[in-house]
Parts: sequence; structure tokens; C-alpha cells
Amino acid sequence: MSNYYLNRRKFLQGSAVLGAGLVAPTIFSRTAGAFTNEPGKGSVVLGFNVPQSGPYADEGADELRAYKLAVKHLNGEGDGGMLGTFSSQMLKGTGILGRKVEYVTGDTQTKSDAARASARAMIEKDGAIMITGGSSSGVAVAVQSLCQDAGVIFMAGLTHSNDTTGKDKKANGFRHFFNAYMSAAALAPVLSEHYGNDRKAYHLTADYTWGWTQEQSMIAATEELGWETVNAVRTPLSATDFSSYIAPVTNSDADVLILNHYGSNMVNSLTNAVQFGLREKKVNGKQFEIVVPLYSRLMARGAGDNVKGIFGSTNWHWSLQDEGSKAFVASYGKEYGQPPSQAAHTCYVQTLLYADAAERAGSFNPCAIVEALEGFEFDGLGNGKTLYRADDHQCFKDVLVVRGKENPTSEFDLLEVVNVTSADKVTYEPNHPMFAGGSLGKCNPGA
Amino acid sequence: MLKTLRTNDTALMILFTLVVLAGPLILAPVGAGYPDLMQRFVIYGIFAIGFNILFGLTGYLSFGHAAFLGVGSYSALWMLKLLSINIVPAIIFAVVVSGLFALLIGFVSLRRSGIYFSILTLAFAQMSYNLAYSVLTPITNGETGLQLDLEDPRILDSAGSAGQVASPSFFGLEMGDTAVVPFLGMDLQFNVGFYVSALILIGMFYLSLRIFRSPFGMILRAVKSNQTRLNYTGFNSRPYTLTAFVISGMYAGLAGALLVCMDPLAGAERMQWTASGEVVLMTIMGGAGTLIGPVLGAGIIKYFENIFSRINDEVVLGWFSALPDWLAEAFTTVISPFLGSGWHISLGLIFMLVVIFLPGGLVEGANRLMNLFTRLSGPRKNTASEEDAYADKGSLPTKAAPSSTVVNTKES
Repeated sequence: MSNYYLNRRKFLQGSAVLGAGLVAPTIFSRTAGAFTNEPGKGSVVLGFNVPQSGPYADEGADELRAYKLAVKHLNGEGDGGMLGTFSSQMLKGTGILGRKVEYVTGDTQTKSDAARASARAMIEKDGAIMITGGSSSGVAVAVQSLCQDAGVIFMAGLTHSNDTTGKDKKANGFRHFFNAYMSAAALAPVLSEHYGNDRKAYHLTADYTWGWTQEQSMIAATEELGWETVNAVRTPLSATDFSSYIAPVTNSDADVLILNHYGSNMVNSLTNAVQFGLREKKVNGKQFEIVVPLYSRLMARGAGDNVKGIFGSTNWHWSLQDEGSKAFVASYGKEYGQPPSQAAHTCYVQTLLYADAAERAGSFNPCAIVEALEGFEFDGLGNGKTLYRADDHQCFKDVLVVRGKENPTSEFDLLEVVNVTSADKVTYEPNHPMFAGGSLGKCNPGA
Repeated sequence: MLKTLRTNDTALMILFTLVVLAGPLILAPVGAGYPDLMQRFVIYGIFAIGFNILFGLTGYLSFGHAAFLGVGSYSALWMLKLLSINIVPAIIFAVVVSGLFALLIGFVSLRRSGIYFSILTLAFAQMSYNLAYSVLTPITNGETGLQLDLEDPRILDSAGSAGQVASPSFFGLEMGDTAVVPFLGMDLQFNVGFYVSALILIGMFYLSLRIFRSPFGMILRAVKSNQTRLNYTGFNSRPYTLTAFVISGMYAGLAGALLVCMDPLAGAERMQWTASGEVVLMTIMGGAGTLIGPVLGAGIIKYFENIFSRINDEVVLGWFSALPDWLAEAFTTVISPFLGSGWHISLGLIFMLVVIFLPGGLVEGANRLMNLFTRLSGPRKNTASEEDAYADKGSLPTKAAPSSTVVNTKES
């Protein structure tokens, strides 16, 4: 017996010493590079972290296509896309700062845990200097804070929650996409014009950060018109059948249903709503209406005929006729044989903006990039004149109000642009109550 | 015989320690030598060891163990937010809370055995998941996940560096700190968080070894082989199963706490039933009822999840770049559905193969190999060396191995 215990003690002591010895050097060795993942002379690695499974998988696939196209253009392959129309003419198709652009991809699964694991692998294993992507605000918020801690730049993809650049904003994170407040501000005048100021709205809301802020923004904007909010019901993100949520709508005296859903959530809830005959219904002597605050062409295609005549807002649409949009649509169409979605557009633009910022800053240091992007004004990327506001790292630009087309000419021509709401109509103060609570903090170069 | 067993335990323990501590060196050549994944190997190893104390010893198949992982995560993160950025109070608090939670759930669930027990635990876990997801949003921040924040009160050490969220540390040693050492063309990453978790894993492995060899462990084994008979002898087995359940829940809580210490975010999906199923897979794949099996299983599943899932079409095409184009593309078309986002398919196939041909898990496979070698080298010594081989791996004798993967429904 004693022999055994002696061995154990020896072993424990031994392992403690060994462990301490292995840990000790780490205290002194974190000053190797000037910042996290400083790229070598030959190439630079970008991390594309998009949902390849889960409710936003369609958007994710389109985002990935756009990223690959952006990398091609940055490396001087293909027709250059928006490089030619971008107001800042720093990008010449010679990579970024003379380094060839390489990329790694990962699956966020639309889950915060998985997205962070994937992003950490990109940073720790593949040496990614910038992470971009995400089709869910929950994921974007989670990955943005990871990038802040790790000391790399996060260029948000499709994330529409107010919180991303509101209470959860971070110095290392940037968002080109518009947000829930902007959607509501752009939609309200159009809704008032078409549906009047005396309406009763019923909200179905995806139960996470985006849904919450979208619901809050829509309620605020419509109540200002004089609408009444009958009820707001939260639905789980993973839900696929919304019948049980739609049935109570028919029994309420609401005459407008606002679907704060996105991706396959919206496709399913809208389909359920139409199956329940909501669109033929008359309540309080008025035609029943459905509104989808955040629209995308991919969703419209998923929902088929059900989207006809339904209002919503979008960040960008391929039918826009400015030079930037035309160049992008042509280039994307040639590559993949279909027009890009708004998710693809924002991801492509974010990659270009990052590359341009690095060129202008002359460095990959996250703090230099933050400085280059803050207060940056640009044009020619499809949304007209755009400002990256320094206070919250949010882009301010025109917002499109769209409607499902009654007579689509092709499977891509599903939405028509009803109104282009100018940037000043959707601009808000950085300390607006819906965005208050967080602070950017300081940029973190890591290392 | 007893003496042999003990020396072998010591040998196993030393071998285990060396292998775990040499993790960065062993894992770097297979592309898994980066901190995030190594931490996951170790933490899920702890989770699986804990699960094995319940499932491997008593045969009670809990389908809700992820609930304890989640509870551990949330309580640890709240400690990091409210009290101190030091991981010690966070881990202690998480283990205590998950232990209490396990006591509550175990007390109710253990009134039934077999499939009914599994369903009860599954129901509790799904309940916790849904609570965390929606009802308890103020505590859990719902789908978005709970995170550290600049405005956290942190009573003990709120004065951190301004403008940056502090990262969890062990008395100043930050979990994210990594020393990169070039070695034979590879970058070995020695990470603080990994070694903290690794030392805890070694401690927990030792604890589980002691439990396996103790009289308490013997009673748990008796429960597994025939609980009814045990009860008829006038022996009340429930306090023992409840203790095993609580210990196992505390292991899970510890794993959950370590997860947020390494990466301070707690999401509700951590408690989903798929996460509970994952630990069952880990244990069965490695070998239920064996000491080392669950750690092996955890490693393999996490490896698949993190490495296989990242092999996309381009990478596969790269492998065959030496071949003619049409052949390379043909190979790619055949292979790529099993890689990338299809990693579940290959994992499923391997799991089926293991369950069908190696019901005792990978440990049984290793034993068979070892037996094969001994038989080839000296056919006469067959029986003795077989016993040694099992003792070496800390496994049960041959007969118990196959039954260990099956839920014993007769007992109810």
C-alpha cells in the first residue's frame, strides 16, 4: 500500500512541476508580433465565417460566393467588379498591400457557440487577420466580441439588429448592412401612404437580438403613425411550423401582421399565414395586410407567389442602375449565372472596404484599419454616398423599400423598388435610446 | 492479481499524464494543435469522464447531461461578471450549482430506471434549454448568448484596463496567452488555458480511477449488473446511484465552467438535446465503462467536428492535384459529401462500425490489437496476457464489455 501512495505523490509532484515548467514561458512570450497574426510577405489570410447549415444556410451560400468573387477581384482575376467604380481608387487588383489574398471558410451553423469555435480556429490555426460573415445578429454579436478580444478586425456580414452597432458595438467591429431602426424609419411613410394611419398590428418575432430590436423599432415607428399594437409574440429561431402562432392572429382584431422573421423562418411563417387565408381576410372593414420589415430576394424566391404585393425593406437590390451595382451584378452573373442577393452584396463590399482601408492605412494593424475606416466617406459601391460613422461603426446610406412583384418576369425578378429613402431620413443620433448602453471601447491589436 | 492491477493503474496514470501534457506536440502534426481545439479535447474529456461515472458504472443512461454543462457555463460566467475575472471562484461556484441542480433532477429521475430514466432526464434537459432560451432571458440573454461586458460590476477586481473587456485569468495568467515554439517546421502552441484544463483533466481522471476502484464503484457496478437482485438483498441502492448522478453532474458543471473560462460566452444551444446525445456518443465510441475510453471518444468527435467540417471542395481538389483533372474531379465528387458540412455522415458511419464490430468501443479495438500481437509473439501465454491487457486499459473483463453499450431495460 505505502509503496503505491508514495508513487502517487511522486507522480503528482512531478506532474505539477512539469505543468508549471510548460506554462512558465507563456508569460514572457506574447510580444512576438506587433499585432495578432501579422501577415508574412507573400500572402494574407481572411476568414469567411458563414452559415452553411441551419435556417440561414441559403444566405450563407450566397455570401460565400460573394467572398470568393471579392478575393478573385482583389487578386486581379476576373473583370474587377466594383474595384473600378469604388470612389477610393487604392485597389489595383494586386492583392492587399502587395500580398496575395487567401481565405479560409467555416460553418457558423447559426449558433453562437459553433460560430465562435469556427472563428477561433481561423484565428489560431489559419492565422486569419480579419473575420467576416454571419447571417444572424446573435452570431455577429458573439463573433464581434471574440474578434475584439483576439485583436482582429470583424467586418460584419448580414446582421440587422440594432445591437450590433448599438449596445454590443465593439471598436474592432464594423457594419455596412443597415439595421432594424433604419428599416422601420424607411417603411413607416410607405405604410402610412398605402395602409393609412388607423391600423391594428400584430407582431410575430424571431426570439433573439435581431427580432427583439426589429419588433421594438417597428412598434415605435408604427405607433408614431397612429397604429395600435395588438400583440407581439416571440417565436423560436429553430421553429419551422408557425400554424400555432398564426391561428391566434385570425382570432384577434388585428388587421396587419408584421413578420419580424428572416430566412426560412419568414418563408415558413408567411406561407402559413397565406394558407390560413389571412390575405383574403377583411377586418374592421379593411383589407388584412402582411408586412415583412426585412426582405431578401432569396426569401422571396422561397416563399414563391405568397410575397406578391407585400412590403418590406432591403439594403440593396440587383435591379439598381448605378455604375457600382451594374458592375457587380454583371461580374457576379458571369461567375455564377444568377444575380447576387443583398447578403452577397454587403459581404462583397465589406471585403473591399477592408482591403481598401488596409491600403490607405499602409498596414494590417487593426488599430490602423479602425482609424482608416472611422468617418470614411465613399461612393460607387451600390448604395450611393455612404458614411462609416466613427461613433458606432455603422454605415449610413439610402434604404430601399420594396414590394413583392405581381408579375415577375423571371425567378430572380421578384421584388420591385417602391421607394429609395434617403440616408438623412434614416440617420439617428449615436445616443438614440434604441442604441444606448454600450461603448466601443478601444481598438485591440492583440499580440 | 490485485498488486498487478495497482501497478498497472499507476502506469496508466503516468502514461495518461504524459500524453495529455504533450498534447500540443502530439496534435500539431494532425492539424489539431491550436488552443481552441486542444482546450475542447480536454474539456469534453472531463465531461465524458463524468458521464461515464454514471453510465459506465451504473448503466443509467442519462440523455440530459448537457443541462449540467449549460448550468455550469451560466453560473461560471455570472461569477466572472459579478465577482472576479479569476477563474477559481467561477469554477467552484459552477460545480456547486450544477451539483445542486443534479441533486434535484437526480432525485426525481432516479425513481425510475432504464428507458424511463433516460426520457425523464431528456425532458428535464429540454426544459432547461427552453427556459434558458426564452423564459430566463434576463439571466441567460436567450439565443444571443451571455457574454462579458465592459460594464460588468466585478466586485473584487473591477479596475481593469480601460476600454477592453478583461479576459479570464488564473491569478494574472490569462487563459488566452499562448507561447508559439517552432519545432520541426511546425508551430507548437503552448496555451495557458489548455494546461489549466489539462491539469484539471488529469486530476479528474485520477478521481474517476479512484471511484472505479473503490467499494463505492463496486456497488455501482452491482447496480449495473442486476439492480433488482441488489434491492432484494435488502440493500438500498438509490443513495448510491444518486451520488453517482450528482458526481457526474458536477463533472459536467466543471466542464461547462471551463468552457466559459476559455471562451467567455454561454449560449443556450449548449444545453440542447443534441449536446446531450454527443456525450453519449463520445462515451460509447470510446468504450463505456472503461477509464480511458470516454476521453478518446471525446477527442475523436471533437476532431471530426472541428477539422473534418472545415475541409471544403477546394481542399479536397488540392489533394488530388497530381492526378489528371477529370480523375481528380471524380474523386472529389465521391469524397466531398463526407467532408465539410457532411462531416456528420462520416462520423455516423464510423460510429456504426464501432458499435457493430467493436461493441466495447475503441478501447476494445485497442485490446484486440494488443491481444493479436501477444498471440503472435507467444501463443502459450495467451490467458495471462489478456488479463494484463484489460488491466492496462483499466477496462472490465471481456464479458462485461459488450453489454455495457446497451441500456438495461429489464431492470425497470
